[in-house]
Amino acid sequence: MNKPLNTFTNGLLRENPTFGLVLGMCPTLATTTSAINGMSMGLATLFVLVCSNVVISLIRNLIPDKVHIPAYIVVIASFVTMVQLLMQAYVPAIYETLGLFIPLIVVNCIVLGRAEAFAAKNGVGLSALDGLGMGLGFTLSLTVLGAIRELLGSGMCFGLKVFPEYYGMLIFVLAPGAFIALAYLMAAVNRLRKQ
Amino acid sequence: MALSLTIVTLAAAALLGGLYVLTEEPIAKQKAEKQQKAITSVLPQLEGLEVADAEEADGMTIYKAYVDNQLVGAAVQTQENGFGGVFRLMVGFDKDGNVVNYEVLEHQETPGLGDHMTTWFKTDKNQQSVIGRSPATSNFTVSKDGGEVDAITAATISSRAFLKAVQAAYDTYSKPAVDAASSATTISENAELQEIYPDNVEPQTEEKDE
Amino acid sequence: MVYFLIIISAIFVNNIVFSQFLGICPFLGVSKKIDTAAGMGAAVTFVLTLATVVTYLLQKYVLAAFGLEFLQTILFILVIAALVQMIEIVLKKISPSLYQALGVFLPLITTNCCILGVAILVADGTWASKVPGAEANLLQGTVFAFATALGFALALILFAGIREQLSMNKVPKAMEGTPIALLTAGLLAMAFMGFSGVV
Repeated sequence: MNKPLNTFTNGLLRENPTFGLVLGMCPTLATTTSAINGMSMGLATLFVLVCSNVVISLIRNLIPDKVHIPAYIVVIASFVTMVQLLMQAYVPAIYETLGLFIPLIVVNCIVLGRAEAFAAKNGVGLSALDGLGMGLGFTLSLTVLGAIRELLGSGMCFGLKVFPEYYGMLIFVLAPGAFIALAYLMAAVNRLRKQ
Repeated sequence: MALSLTIVTLAAAALLGGLYVLTEEPIAKQKAEKQQKAITSVLPQLEGLEVADAEEADGMTIYKAYVDNQLVGAAVQTQENGFGGVFRLMVGFDKDGNVVNYEVLEHQETPGLGDHMTTWFKTDKNQQSVIGRSPATSNFTVSKDGGEVDAITAATISSRAFLKAVQAAYDTYSKPAVDAASSATTISENAELQEIYPDNVEPQTEEKDE
Repeated sequence: MVYFLIIISAIFVNNIVFSQFLGICPFLGVSKKIDTAAGMGAAVTFVLTLATVVTYLLQKYVLAAFGLEFLQTILFILVIAALVQMIEIVLKKISPSLYQALGVFLPLITTNCCILGVAILVADGTWASKVPGAEANLLQGTVFAFATALGFALALILFAGIREQLSMNKVPKAMEGTPIALLTAGLLAMAFMGFSGVV
């Protein structure tokens, strides 16, 4: 496998942020009440991840070592604010549903983690690919978890009724269901990996 | 070292300032549109409907609607403590005090239980809909408390809070003092008549709600 | 009375970990032993309360006063990072014993999303809608932040107690580690659901 492809699939599968690295648990649990919500959160994080990776990779040689963490935080926080402003302007309904968890992308360990571990050491192209792979991996996990919770909890998938006369196991939409659904999903992924 | 950090921060601030100026207008527009949509969706759908500016009364916001300068109803924005916290409600009345429609603007009710309030009281099934009924003529409490509205399954507290909010909105709306603009109204000093809608000058025979 | 309601609501009804999903990373990471859990809980309580006061004042007298609310995220995270650094330095000078107890947890706190999350909730005043009668002012906001942090510490210590027992049991291979921890957290969250509607 060549390097760019390897970088891209790394985040998507092998080092999937949710199932491999176990990072960014807060948005994973909080915003996956439905598949659409999970996907929106994933895409918002994807945008920040790609942009911050690119910019940090560009300025990595200009920033002295001692202040690199604050500088990275400023870059990440700027992109998060951009996402906030753009979402408020063009998709206010989704912005309201995700609420607090949009500004909290700043403290999502995946973003700063990738900046430190990858973008600070690699070129622009590879960093962008890494951000894209990680972001898509995160989006994929959130969408799958959201779809499972929505299906079990309300009998719907992406807002469409799958089982018309099914009232749902409410617990999966509520807080405990988030933990339990993620626990079993993670166990299933672990099991598949072993084989 | 400090210089490079300053440059990064300044660049970020400048960029964000620019984007803020660009998005300020669409954000304000979205907010105004949302409020406008909530108001018009709960008012009677009439030709030439004009919504007056907001009025404050009893901690609620009232938007009166006119056709040819005749009052035809009003949208009342109110809030109440539900099960999970405060919820905000926009409820519309026609000139006879009947509920035209309502919109839950913001709520913290439990998903799958209390949050059914967004549609439950609009659904025409048994006695659960409040649309077309007036708190003056029917008892707006849940059937468990002897009222005439069916509560949301397994969410009696949310339902009680919802009906309390509608009742409170109606009380504010139907106060004659607020209704200065309506013509040909006999403002009665009688406390019982103050409960009913002022345009409705025929004597009210129904019992008052508790 | 309202302070009592705020405290009950923040610790039990709307527990930050079990119903708000904030601070899950340290919750899963630093909960293998009761000692470390208690240390982390104390450090978070300290920083969270202080950070909330500082960010609330900044929001009110700097951001809102100059119409710069959109810089909230960027300013708050920088202030929190700086504050954590400062606390570390001051603590080292003033109270070496306290520094010994909390020191190792301090660097981890900057990226703990419950600090930034609660700071934003208090600065925007949105927390008040969960408690009937509460007003989004500095004093009540600070009480809310302090109680929230206590709720975090409670969750962490409860969870650590269970995990200490759990580590001696045999768990199916695929469930080892994070999955079984999440499952336990799910059951605890279910228990905390029993508090809903109390306030």
